[in-house]
Amino acid sequence: MKNDPKKILRYTPFERVSHWVTAIIFILLALSGLTFFDPAFYPLNQLFGGGVWTRILHPFIGIMMVISFGVEFFHYRQLNVMNVTPTDWEWLRHAREMVDGDDRNMPEAGKFNGGQKLLFWLLVACMVLLILSGIVIWRAYFAFLFPVAVIRFASVVHAVTATIMIALIMFHIYVAIWTKESIDAMLHGQVRRAWAKQHHLAWFRDMTGGGK
Amino acid sequence: MALQSLDITRRSATTTPSPSQRQTMEVAKLIDISKCIGCKACQVACMEWNDTRDTIGVNHGVLDNPMDLTANSWTVMRYAEVVTDRGLEWLIRKDGCMHCAEPGCLKACPAPGAIVQYSNGIVDFHEENCIGCGYCITGCPFNIPRLSHKDSKVYKCTLCSDRVAVGLEPACVKTCPTGAIVFGTKDDMIRHAEGRIADLKSRGFAQAGIYDPQGVGGTHVMYVLQHADNPAVYCGLPKEPSIGAMVDLWKGAAKPLASLALAMGALGAFFHYVVKGPNKVSEEIEKEFEDEK
Repeated sequence: MKNDPKKILRYTPFERVSHWVTAIIFILLALSGLTFFDPAFYPLNQLFGGGVWTRILHPFIGIMMVISFGVEFFHYRQLNVMNVTPTDWEWLRHAREMVDGDDRNMPEAGKFNGGQKLLFWLLVACMVLLILSGIVIWRAYFAFLFPVAVIRFASVVHAVTATIMIALIMFHIYVAIWTKESIDAMLHGQVRRAWAKQHHLAWFRDMTGGGK
Repeated sequence: MALQSLDITRRSATTTPSPSQRQTMEVAKLIDISKCIGCKACQVACMEWNDTRDTIGVNHGVLDNPMDLTANSWTVMRYAEVVTDRGLEWLIRKDGCMHCAEPGCLKACPAPGAIVQYSNGIVDFHEENCIGCGYCITGCPFNIPRLSHKDSKVYKCTLCSDRVAVGLEPACVKTCPTGAIVFGTKDDMIRHAEGRIADLKSRGFAQAGIYDPQGVGGTHVMYVLQHADNPAVYCGLPKEPSIGAMVDLWKGAAKPLASLALAMGALGAFFHYVVKGPNKVSEEIEKEFEDEK
């Protein structure tokens, strides 16, 4: 199974580990954050040892997220794989057909398609807003530094952005389930050549030197 | 009014009714600033009844002491020297929780039962349910709740809910030597204020009036102001306090709707799978790579 010559390496061990570390932190962050979001979610505090513990832990889990997501961000930036190209915009224009289950007219995707790149940048934007607003509303250490109007605004920004981010991650999880074998790629790193050709044709050519 | 604590109009982060079978009489504390001599007996009485002791501070060169509300000082006298049309005036305001009819703290609180509003109008913090997030401070239009450094819970004036529950007046009212603070039903207090305002007007305070701001549905601590047209001269008493658009947005209908939208999204995704099926490698491409299997 190691270095199966017929398979293509899609994610290195480093990429897989950092992805799942971020994923676990995100789930903890979302569940603890939802506790304060709406009374309907307040019982989630029991997962973290009660309301007070949830209040204490949530911002520190946030710091872990900053580090973990930051590592991933700089890694993918360095690889230069997340730049949105004209082909990606073309891909995004056809995204509706893709959702409809018809990928015949989809432009060739590189290692990441337009949708994946757009998601990446939306998550980066959400993350920046959540960090900034999160610092402002962190009552134990920072909130006293800001006027109440700023704290009120930051509370709204934090809640709205968190909702958007949870929606984006729910979408991310769904397309991973929908697109068969992509979860395997993130778990084991390798994909079948047929899978690569089907979903990421341009990347497939790069990796196989144009072979079949 | 014994056991009036069973009668709860509002309870933080709770969407179903609390025990509210009985409607107790709405109470109010009326603070007549024109009668206040700034003796701080109310501050002392508050600490004595509630058994709070603030740390000994330093003299800041003014009478205000402590300089601000703290987790141990639930009421403070604020002294303003103001030049008005009547010359130099010394305006002394007893600051503390206003016990709003529509409390911003309670609206903002995410912890069920950490803040309650009794049907008599008193807004009370139940610290044992408090998680220390400070959202009440964010929601309060009067900057009243204070987070304790000792236990990370918030504290503020209870309007002596424990005394009121057994038919006594709040400690500050009991002790006030000039009768500047009075307590009773809200209707009685408004009537009492009207008499005081008529008296002040007859003595040249043309703008005398009651402070019972309607932006927060009225309050259960009211002031008689000599200059009701400009409450800000009383150490920044807000003219038209309200919960505000930001807190309404933060704590209004948006969150239940957003939760519903997320749930619908998840349901939509599931049915997308059911209707469209998985996104698999096509038969054509599979054939090309048959040797791989």
